[in-house]
Formats: sequence, structure tokens, C-alpha cells
Amino acid sequence: MNYLLAFCFCGFVCLLGQIIYDRTKLTPGHITSLFVCLGACLDLFGWYDWCIEVFHAGALLPITSFGHSLMHGAMAMSEEYGLLGIAMGMFDLTAAGITSAILFAFLTSLVFKPKS
Amino acid sequence: MDKQAYRDLVKQQQPKVPYLKNAITAFLVGGLIGALGQALVTLYMNWFGLNEQQAGTPMIVTLIAVACLLTGLGVFDKLAGHAGAGTFIPITGFANSMTSAALESRAEGLVSGVGSHMFSLGGTVITFGIVASFVIGVIRYVFFGG
Repeated sequence: MNYLLAFCFCGFVCLLGQIIYDRTKLTPGHITSLFVCLGACLDLFGWYDWCIEVFHAGALLPITSFGHSLMHGAMAMSEEYGLLGIAMGMFDLTAAGITSAILFAFLTSLVFKPKS
Repeated sequence: MDKQAYRDLVKQQQPKVPYLKNAITAFLVGGLIGALGQALVTLYMNWFGLNEQQAGTPMIVTLIAVACLLTGLGVFDKLAGHAGAGTFIPITGFANSMTSAALESRAEGLVSGVGSHMFSLGGTVITFGIVASFVIGVIRYVFFGG
């Protein structure tokens, strides 16, 4: 059941992205930026937390969850340090994703030659 | 020829976008990535005794590693050509944009090529993510008390 829910949610977000991509002249960069902002907005009232509770990994994978994780780290730190905490905790939860993306991208560029 | 007639002519010559086919492919590929993520979460929960929240991070790291590797092998770009948003909306798209930027600029050297160009495609996500989260974070902090 969890698999089906994850499949449907992740698929649905991609479907939305594809419709925007086909119908407008926006590039993938525009659309991913839009979805990150959307994820941060959905976290304003904790709606994205509900999505993660219901759809599990399906809600963690789309880029909207990046905006949500940024917000969550910031809000957790702001409880202790106030407004300054928003800046301090911003990367707390996304650190693993960004670090691994940089690391693996660097290693890949050392090993492989560009194909096209 | 007036402008309207010209626009109609251009529209006729443009290749027809297969909206429905693209949408279905994006849904299926995106869904499969979501299901794969769920499978990895279940796997890590059973192997390492993590709870679901803790298993999310290694799952994302695994998918990023796989996406980087596939980009290096040249497989990812072929897949992305068919799947469109199905591959660039999940976190794999972020990994792919960083890796392809790094690969393309490899010829310019490690520092001035890979180091400085790595974020040229994927950086927009981080920039807008942080600006949006900061603004909304301040709103939430001021009006809703965090």
C-alpha cells in the first residue's frame, strides 16, 4: 500500500511538472525553482508534513521536499535562537543531500568523460 | 502577410507536442522513482533498524549516487529525453544537473572548470529554495511563533 501511495504522489508531482513544461516555455530550471518555492510555501501551515506522513517516500523525493527540509531545519533552530536561528538551521536537514550531490558529481567528473 | 496569419503559419509548422504521452510517461517514471525510494526506505529500516524518518536520508543519498553514476555513464540523459519531468522533478534531477555541469566543464580544469561551474545549472534550486524558505520562515516566526 505504501508503494502505491508513494508511486501516486511522486508521479502526480512529476505529471504537474510535465504539464507546465509542455504548455509553457519554462525550462527545467524554472520549474524546479518553482516547485522548491511551492514546497516551502506548503510548509507554512505544516501541510507538507501531512503529505510525508501519508505518502512516505513519495513525498520525500520530489524537489518540493527540498524546500520543506530547508524550512524545517530553519524553524527547528529558530525555536532556540530566534530570528538568527532561521539562518543557522537552514541547511541542517538538507546537508546530507547537498554534500552527497557535490561529492558524487565531483567524483563522476573525475572518472567519466562527457558523452555528448 | 499580417501578424495573425504569420502566427498561424508558424503554429502549423511546429512539431505537435504529444501532451498525453509525455504526461503519462512522466507520471509512470516519476512514480517508479517514488516506489523505488519507498523500497529503499523499507530496506534500510529492516537492515539497520532505523525508523522511517531516519531512513529517509540514506535513501536520498543512494538515489543521488545512482543518478550521478548514470549521468556519468550517459544513460540518464537518454532516459530524461523520454521521461521529461519524470526525472527532473525528483531529487535525481538535481544530482543530474550538478553532474552534467561538472562533466562538461571538466576540460577547463578542476578548479576553474569543475569547481566553479558545478552549480551553474543546479544552483538555481538552492538559491530560490533558500530565499523562499527564509521569507516564509520569517513570516512563520513573526506571525505564528515558529
